[in-house]
Amino acid sequence: MEELGIVSYGSHIPRYRIKAEVIAAVWGKDGAAISRGLGIFEKSVPSIDQDTATISVEALRAALKRCTTLNPTEIGAIYVGSESHPYAVKPTGTIVGEAIGATPDLMVADYEFACKAGTAAIQTCIGFVKAGMIKYGVAIGADTSQAAPGDALEYSASAGGAAFIIGKNNVIATINHTLSYTTDTPDFWRRAEMKYPSHGGRFTGQPAYFKHITNCATKLMEKAGSKPQDYTYAIFHQPNGKFPVNVAKKLGFTIDQVKQGLMVPYIGNTYSGASMIGLASVLDVAKPGDRIFMTSYGSGAGSDGFDITVTDTITKLARENAPTIAQLVADKEYVDYGQYTKMTNLLFWE
Amino acid sequence: MKEGVARFWRQIPERYNFMANKCESCDRVYFPPRESCPYCRRKSIGKMKKTKLSGKGEVVTYTIVHIGPEGFEEQTPYPIAIIKLDEGPYITAQIVDCPFDQIKIGMKVESTFRKIQQDGHTGAIYYGYKFKQRK
Repeated sequence: MEELGIVSYGSHIPRYRIKAEVIAAVWGKDGAAISRGLGIFEKSVPSIDQDTATISVEALRAALKRCTTLNPTEIGAIYVGSESHPYAVKPTGTIVGEAIGATPDLMVADYEFACKAGTAAIQTCIGFVKAGMIKYGVAIGADTSQAAPGDALEYSASAGGAAFIIGKNNVIATINHTLSYTTDTPDFWRRAEMKYPSHGGRFTGQPAYFKHITNCATKLMEKAGSKPQDYTYAIFHQPNGKFPVNVAKKLGFTIDQVKQGLMVPYIGNTYSGASMIGLASVLDVAKPGDRIFMTSYGSGAGSDGFDITVTDTITKLARENAPTIAQLVADKEYVDYGQYTKMTNLLFWE
Repeated sequence: MKEGVARFWRQIPERYNFMANKCESCDRVYFPPRESCPYCRRKSIGKMKKTKLSGKGEVVTYTIVHIGPEGFEEQTPYPIAIIKLDEGPYITAQIVDCPFDQIKIGMKVESTFRKIQQDGHTGAIYYGYKFKQRK
């Protein structure tokens, strides 16, 4: 089998946090009950000078620190998936490309597919690398997601991102198979020029998240000829702490397979970054031979599935050159709701 | 605030990647880069070589800004420091992600990529370096 897959990876999570109970207190709700219900205790908050572009740059620089032999000019494509690109018109990817020194011989585009735009970018890079059109491609999933004050999303919408360098040389994790399951399902959206998204409440569950992930995962295992027990780790999109655990159980995975990639209880839902940060957390501890199952989900709706095998080369990657997800999660400072409103521009300063 | 898109665009190599230059006659490093070395003068003509700095350095001195200039009002209070880069040049930059009582003269710092300012809600966003404590 041709070795094609992940060459390096890096992540960035802003260090500010707000506890679910602090948000709940503002709206007269029971914070402990909300945390129990959602499986989220706190979420990351971007500082006032952080956005999807800065998070993407920091994540990709972390990936490059780990892979010291890779010259950024060898990167032929950068795709940034996000639903919070800083500009409506003007790519985030050009900022990222310039900041790592990969311009100007570079293909760039910004992707949007709710929470799975980053994994869609991985698939694009696989295609270009497999076709021999580029040596390395970069896929980034990053967000500073928005939530209207008082909305249920306010407890989960957070900030963070991860970057993956895809190539054929020095592959630390082979991507054996990938496929997608896509339908037109309006469970969550944000209309043009609107500041906050809208969603279908309970409709985001069974006909949306669960249907797409279940079908995508099942078809992927059929294609790979595998079963849940064949995998060391499993990562599912994590809009809250409950959905990924429930869908994992439904598919036949155990909590032990899921927990290393389940970051949402401590950082919230980083949207396009969510499943990719989960994958980064798994790669932080993965050993040669470990097999990884990942299924993302993006509202609107679709799922991307990946069957991945960790190679011996992971032991040669300088993983210690950049912080692990566990270190990024632990490095935190709490803010109150007033600071949160300023940092996330809820006050809409003119 | 209107800093000017073209002016900012010209400074992208310095602001994003610490692109400096070095006089090959006396080995002094200049950031931002200079056309010629003021010490070697005409001896430096044609000998100013581009070089990328590490973005690492240490705090020489700092202060906390409570009344920010236009475009920085939302960020107050914020620390701003004079930083001596490892390669020699001194620069002024904001310190982020560090409680004020932990900032010390001599503290080792490294650069981080952040939004510096923007031309209101409709204008361009300007990115560049700030510094955080090196761990």
